[in-house]
Amino acid sequence: MTKNVKVYSTETCPYCRRAKEYLNENNIVFENLDVGKDQQKAQEMITKSGQMGVPVLDIEGKIIIGFNKEKIAKELGIQQ
Amino acid sequence: MYDLIIIGAGPAGITASIYAARKKMNFLVISKDIGGQTNWTKNIENYTGYLFITGDDLVKKFSEHLKRFNIQIKEFESVTAVEKEEDFIKVITEKNEYKTKAVIIASGRTPRKLGVKGEEEFRNKGVAYCATCDAPMFAGKDVLVVGGGNAAIDAAIQLMKIANKVYIADIDSQLKADPIMVEKIKNNEKVRIYNNSSLKEIYGEKLVSGVKLDIKGKTSDLKVQGVFIEAGSVASSNFTKGVLKNEAGEIFVDCGCRTNIEGIFACGDVTNVPAKQIVTACGEGTKATLSAFNYITRKK
Repeated sequence: MTKNVKVYSTETCPYCRRAKEYLNENNIVFENLDVGKDQQKAQEMITKSGQMGVPVLDIEGKIIIGFNKEKIAKELGIQQ
Repeated sequence: MYDLIIIGAGPAGITASIYAARKKMNFLVISKDIGGQTNWTKNIENYTGYLFITGDDLVKKFSEHLKRFNIQIKEFESVTAVEKEEDFIKVITEKNEYKTKAVIIASGRTPRKLGVKGEEEFRNKGVAYCATCDAPMFAGKDVLVVGGGNAAIDAAIQLMKIANKVYIADIDSQLKADPIMVEKIKNNEKVRIYNNSSLKEIYGEKLVSGVKLDIKGKTSDLKVQGVFIEAGSVASSNFTKGVLKNEAGEIFVDCGCRTNIEGIFACGDVTNVPAKQIVTACGEGTKATLSAFNYITRKK
């Protein structure tokens, strides 16, 4: 079953870019939310993760802070 | 057993890897990330061949170069110890243990923490160490940059485009950054520079709401929602044992990137080489691999 994946990111953050590249390489469909431009989404990210660092991934409600490849792979069943 | 293990994949480690791949050495790269400090640098105007490039784009170019070779990389793995045994060197990480004939330490530097009240508590809750990553979160807000070197002014340049007010607290009487960078912020009405000033405390509830600054001996209160700490960096060399270092923890190397221990080499910002520049780190990475290659060839 496809999981609902959201990536809270900023345009300039290298780890956000790498996280998105990693998802793309593994054919994971995700919604990209630019928290540098969308204040409401930024607030949503802070509420969900309790902090302001990007990227934050929301995988079906499971919150992953930072580009943590192992955690992302585990949550999405990506073979490493 | 590997011929060589390279610890770190910033400009020094990546260049060392490219040379090792071209020498067809049996080697492994272990690194917490790809790109190191270059990831956090927004504007690069002094890397030969590029009038301007962002750190992110340069890391992309470095990665492409690295991927042209079939290099074994253990990313997201941290080295906890490097130990010299009689016939080999042991590299221990939090996950594994590896044996190798030679090691290149290219572990770079990490941002210096100030150790002030609230710094740890509000980390990523208004306190940031990477303007390139986090600046966009502070659009329309008031922020403080701590520091006066190139990294601090680079952060201020990024922030003044989006923030409401950018305060700079610098411990010295004059900014140390390159004049060409200082010119970019000097006449911006959003920017206010406090010389001879230091950060004393960061406070807030869930997120940062203000700081206490010591400005020329007087304590002042400043309402800010973000604090960017750009007060230099420290060498990431804690995991090394027996390798001679200076007081700042930088590994002593000779002109061939050799340390005091046979078979252990070091390059880039983790060493006592004074110019902490991307282009310097690349050059040092080259020297380290060529020295390591000679060492192994001689040993065989």
